Amino acid sequence: MKCRVCRGPAVIDIRRHNAAFCDQHFLHHCREQVRRAVKDHQMLLEDDRVLVAVSGGKDSLALWDLLVELGYDADGLYLGLGIGDYSDRSTDAARAYAAERGHKLHEVDLAADYGYDIPSAAAATHRAPCGACGLSKRHLFNTVAIGRGYDVVATGHNLDDEAAVLLGNVMRWETGYLGRQHPVLPDAPGFVRKVKPLIRLGEREMAAYCVLRGIDYIVEECPMAEGNRHLGYKEVLNALEDRSPGTKSAFVFGFLDRVHERFAGDAGAERAELGECSVCGSPTTGDVCAFCRLRERAGGG
Amino acid sequence: MRVLLRNPRREVEVPGPLTVAALLARLDLNPESVLVICGDTLVTRDARLADRDTVEIRPVMSGGAA
Repeated sequence: MKCRVCRGPAVIDIRRHNAAFCDQHFLHHCREQVRRAVKDHQMLLEDDRVLVAVSGGKDSLALWDLLVELGYDADGLYLGLGIGDYSDRSTDAARAYAAERGHKLHEVDLAADYGYDIPSAAAATHRAPCGACGLSKRHLFNTVAIGRGYDVVATGHNLDDEAAVLLGNVMRWETGYLGRQHPVLPDAPGFVRKVKPLIRLGEREMAAYCVLRGIDYIVEECPMAEGNRHLGYKEVLNALEDRSPGTKSAFVFGFLDRVHERFAGDAGAERAELGECSVCGSPTTGDVCAFCRLRERAGGG
Repeated sequence: MRVLLRNPRREVEVPGPLTVAALLARLDLNPESVLVICGDTLVTRDARLADRDTVEIRPVMSGGAA
């Protein structure tokens, strides 16, 4: 295959674009897709202080790299989850990336700072570890961003992530989640703005970006996510995409363009009813927020 | 050729030459779910792999929904 732009040897083909690219034009393609996502959805202002949620995986490190390349003032936040060797290697990847490029990386460690880790939280709550992990991340990224004066949290959710979450939300008609599924969640009292600048790029593209940019990310999958429902949705969507390139993009952007607005009211009503957590002061629908309840049950409260 | 697979990490021998697309089909892998790296170079699905090549097939799916 030849590069669509320069006709040189291609290193990656992207069937939904009916295109292949050489290394330099692929990197340009990634930057342009992020630039377009940011512009189309008004994600960032030029002088925003951006906090990138960094896991040590391909998506978050590529996002950090792309935002800095595009000229944004972006620091990272790594959350130590306490998932054995996997977390140790993730920490190493995040620290090495930041150190090699001279970027600022904040760190929060669940065990040291909050008295629990993800395995203990999953055991204490008898629920899937991904639920405790997601809850902890959402709470702490928001809390740290507000506490340290950042304008916005950027996460590495890519097109594949959004398609899989959308499929899950549709399969269960989770109308509140559908109303909140958007590349931008605006700020509100107690909430910093959250953005997903990789929405136009697939995870195969993000892995290729890291390879070509020499970013040493953790390739292995989280051992606690193995076999989860989200991965099952991704497999189904990839089977569809292989037969019909462009399916995932049409699914996600069709939803955003034509359907999302119908559910936005459900999500807005939920936010309007929020009070303050009696323990930490974060927004919550009850007396104590879900994060503080989790922390209490997991032995860290 | 020597083929390195991940999750779990393992190696298999596959006789060449053959294309990337044929290699993935032989291993029953969806091209949407992996990158193929020959030596240090990313390769497209029409690339021809020689019997002496060392190839990494790198999964790209990550599983956190949060």
